[in-house]
Amino acid sequence: MELVLSTAIGVMTGCGVWLILRPRTYQVIVGLSLLSYAVNLFIFGVGGVKTNVPPILVDGVPNSTLADPVPQALVLTAIVIGFATTALFLVVLLASRGLTGTDHVDGRNEPK
Amino acid sequence: MTGWSHHLIIAPILVPLVVAALLLFFDERQRVVKAMISLASTLTLVVVSLALLRIESGPNDFDGVYLLGNWAAPFGIVLVLDALSALMLLLTALLSVAALVFSLARWHAVGAHFHTMFQLLLVGLNGAFLTGDLFNLFVFFEVMLAASYGLLLHGSGPLRVKAGMHYIAVNLAAALLFLIGVSLIYGTAGTLNMADLAARIPDIEPDRRMLMEAGAGVLGIAFLIKAGMWPLCFWLPTAYSAASAPVAGIFAIMSKLGIYIILRLTMLLFGEGPSAGFGADVLLYGGIATIIFGTIGVLASQALGRLAGFSVLVSSGTLLMVLGINDGAISSGALLYLVSSTLTISAFFMLIELVERGQDAGAIVLAVTMEAYGDADEDEPEEGDGVTMPGTMAILGICFAACGILLSGLPPLSGFIAKFAMLSAMMGTGAIGVPPTATVWVLVILVILSGIAALISMTRAGIRTFWSSLEGTVPRVLVIEIVPVMFLLFLTLALAVQAGPAMQYMDTTIRTLSNPRNYIDAVRNAAVVPDYDGVSSSNAGSK
Repeated sequence: MELVLSTAIGVMTGCGVWLILRPRTYQVIVGLSLLSYAVNLFIFGVGGVKTNVPPILVDGVPNSTLADPVPQALVLTAIVIGFATTALFLVVLLASRGLTGTDHVDGRNEPK
Repeated sequence: MTGWSHHLIIAPILVPLVVAALLLFFDERQRVVKAMISLASTLTLVVVSLALLRIESGPNDFDGVYLLGNWAAPFGIVLVLDALSALMLLLTALLSVAALVFSLARWHAVGAHFHTMFQLLLVGLNGAFLTGDLFNLFVFFEVMLAASYGLLLHGSGPLRVKAGMHYIAVNLAAALLFLIGVSLIYGTAGTLNMADLAARIPDIEPDRRMLMEAGAGVLGIAFLIKAGMWPLCFWLPTAYSAASAPVAGIFAIMSKLGIYIILRLTMLLFGEGPSAGFGADVLLYGGIATIIFGTIGVLASQALGRLAGFSVLVSSGTLLMVLGINDGAISSGALLYLVSSTLTISAFFMLIELVERGQDAGAIVLAVTMEAYGDADEDEPEEGDGVTMPGTMAILGICFAACGILLSGLPPLSGFIAKFAMLSAMMGTGAIGVPPTATVWVLVILVILSGIAALISMTRAGIRTFWSSLEGTVPRVLVIEIVPVMFLLFLTLALAVQAGPAMQYMDTTIRTLSNPRNYIDAVRNAAVVPDYDGVSSSNAGSK
């Protein structure tokens, strides 16, 4: 389980980093989205990987059989904020496209 | 502890937040009403932050901890007011008044929702200065950044959109690093409360401590991007010089936010104990590289906007370097330098717009490398109405000279006092009879050289702008545009005149910071407010 999760995070981070280094804004935004998914999974991971356990404290149930609720709350916040800023970036991307007529990050066509 | 003064701590966040929401109900055509509400909010913030500063430095046992939702410290989010955050709040409020008044001449009219975004930026800044919780810091950071994206694009134009896109991309990546750092710290230490974290660090086992330090390092990168440490700073001069003048004026405090958090966290988490001094070398050498890069940039800049942008880097570099040494006396000089340089750079950004207004296309050709930066033709907003300033060129010239004096650290303004305080403390670091180490000599030389570079560059720019302009057209400058600049410069003069009390305050601040035990105890022992029926319960829930 841990191996699958960490491989997934690693692959997504790798793809994300490669994409944000590309010269097209569309690739950059897809890269940033992939990176934010990877980071969200990572935050989940730091709470310990457990399946089928509730994050709610119940009398008589030992703590070790519970999931940590804090990373889940953090992920929720991170998703909302990441979503909003990505949407904003998309608007700027479209504005840039409209003003310069190209989707190069520097607003100019690549020299062929 | 009790009474209205305690609730005042949350006012710097609530006031602009409520005002920002309120402003959305007004149509863009009701510009005067919006401007007045916004101005009233910033003036309130000045009063509130002055009151907080007075309460905080007062003799009573004001602990400055505000439990949000009335949950005890490690479980709920806390706001913490101490000498440093009170100082930063006041600085932010003063800058915001100046930038807002400046914008009223015409900049606030060139796009939608300027005032709302401006107030939200203040929410983010004030929240980040006050919070005592790492994840809450992330939230306020994002509030500030989201508002700053909008403000940077305010006024539109290809140049701003291009700079804005780079700025947003860099900061989104930085936000992800922030999250990785925070979650690593949570995973190893099991807490996000800064005070609780500081108390738990000595008990973390060595193998987990390494992971915790890695988390702190990743977190630090996110703040260093904001502060503009070389090599994380290439976005900064472009973004700051592309922003409209009042926006750049308030952005001057944003790079200082990065410095503030690094100062707070290093003093709190790595001041003593097994992880003491973590990251100090990075700050020291990074700061040295930043100063060198900034100085070269200042010398190479033809456009005034980029000159100001690189001055931000020089100022950041100086501060980072001092944080790297982490010596009490030098740090208090550096705090004074932080205040002085923020005021200067903010005034300078606004002044540049006024000065460049007089330059026509012919004068811009003189700036030979201007083309290289893609300074495209830009739609200038329409001229505002209002009283024109008499004797424009003389006043602009005096303000420009004052900025030059401040940036290069010459007497009689506060730039000199601040640099002198730092340099004299550096020369006196060793014990009596022991000469300062080689590193300290390097720092002294760099601080002086960066001042000389600023002097050379400002002199050259001043001659080109004021003496050898081709047409000699006098820019039309309104009173409400030049008064904020003069106000900020006057503050630096006041800071120089009142250098004694100011230095004393900085000394106290650094002494409080270097003794984190008080901060930790204050947060951990903060008592929850009892229920209305007088029965105190440990988790009374939200009020």
